[in-house]
Amino acid sequence: MARNPRAAARSLDGEMMIMSGRDSTLFTLNKTATTLWQSADGATPLDEIVEKKICAEFEVEPTEALADAETLVRELAGHEILQISETPITPDKPVGEKR
Amino acid sequence: MTEVERLSLVIEIGSMPVRLHTTDRDFLSLLQNRYAGFVSQSARAEIEFDVELQQPKGVDPDADVDVSYRFGRWSLRRGDFLAEWEPASRGGWIRQTVNPYSIDAVLRIVHTLVLAQQGGFLLHSASAIRNGKAFLFAGVSEAGKTTISRLAPPDVTLLTDEISYVRRRGDEYLAFGTPFTGELAKLGENVSAPISTLYLLAKGNENRVDSIRPAEATRSLLSNLLFFAKHEELVQAIFHSAFEFVSRVPVMRLTFVPDTRVWGLIG
Repeated sequence: MARNPRAAARSLDGEMMIMSGRDSTLFTLNKTATTLWQSADGATPLDEIVEKKICAEFEVEPTEALADAETLVRELAGHEILQISETPITPDKPVGEKR
Repeated sequence: MTEVERLSLVIEIGSMPVRLHTTDRDFLSLLQNRYAGFVSQSARAEIEFDVELQQPKGVDPDADVDVSYRFGRWSLRRGDFLAEWEPASRGGWIRQTVNPYSIDAVLRIVHTLVLAQQGGFLLHSASAIRNGKAFLFAGVSEAGKTTISRLAPPDVTLLTDEISYVRRRGDEYLAFGTPFTGELAKLGENVSAPISTLYLLAKGNENRVDSIRPAEATRSLLSNLLFFAKHEELVQAIFHSAFEFVSRVPVMRLTFVPDTRVWGLIG
C-alpha cells in the first residue's frame, strides 16, 4: 500500500486534507486515518501498520482497527489516493509489476 | 464568389483579453451587449476563438460539462457547445447555437484553466470593493450572495454577485469584476482591488463576524471553487492555491440578517 503521488495532500491545524487528482474529491482524515496515510510507504503491509502504528498509538481493538483500516484503504484506493498491491510498491515500479 | 466578412471583438476579464471571431453580425451584437463593460479595444489577445454557429438540434444545456486535455489540446464539451483550445498556439474554436450562455460557459472554463496555472481561481462568491479593498462573500446557492450584493450601500463597487475572479500578484491576491451574474442579473464593474477578507456567508438572527480555523477556511474555500477539468496537475495546483490563499488572506464567517446594517461590519 502506498500514497499515490498524484493525489494532493497537505496538513493544516493537525488535520490532513487530501484531494483526489482524478475526481477532485476532498477527504479530511482523522488522526488514525492520518497515521495510516503517513505509514503507507509501499513496503509495510496494512496489518503491520495497524498493529505497530495504530493499535500502539490509539486505544483500539486490533480486529476492529484492521476492519476499519481495510474499509478506508478501499475507499481511498477507489479515488486513486492510495495504491494497493500484493507486492511492495516503489516509486519507479508501477503497481502490479513484479519485482 | 462572395467573401465572408470576419468580425471580431475582445472580451477582457481579469486582465486577460480573449478575442472571438464570428461571421454573424447579429451574434457579434449579442456579444457586445452581453459583455458590455468588458469589451476591450486591446489589439492584444491571449486566446483567440473562432465561433462557428450551428442550427439548434437536440441541444441540452443542462448536460454535464466535460473538460479534458489530450495531445496539447483542451476539449470542452457540454450539451449546447463543443470547443477546443490549444494553449501553445493560443487558438481554438467553439461550435454552438446563437445564444449568450454557451460562450459564457466556455469563457468561465478557459479562465479557470489559465488561472489554475497562475495560483488564481474562480470562486462561487459575490465580491465588492469598498475603500480601495476587495471583500469576497462565499457560499453555495441560497447562502446570501445576491442578498448581500443587493444590500450594498452606494459607496460600494460591486464586482459580481455570483462568481469572483481571484488572481495572485506576489504575496497578495486581487479580485476583478466579472460579467458572470447570479440572480441580480447585473454585470460587475470591470475594476480590481487587493482582497482584504473572504467572508463565508451564513444567514442568522444577528450580524456577526467570527474567526474560523484555517483548516475549516481551506475546506470551505475548496468546496466553493469552480474547476471543471479532469487534470491531475491542475487539480493539485488548485488544491495548493487554496492553502496559499488562506495563509495570506483572512477568512471569517459572516452571519447576517438581510438588511443594510450588515455592511456596517465590512470595510
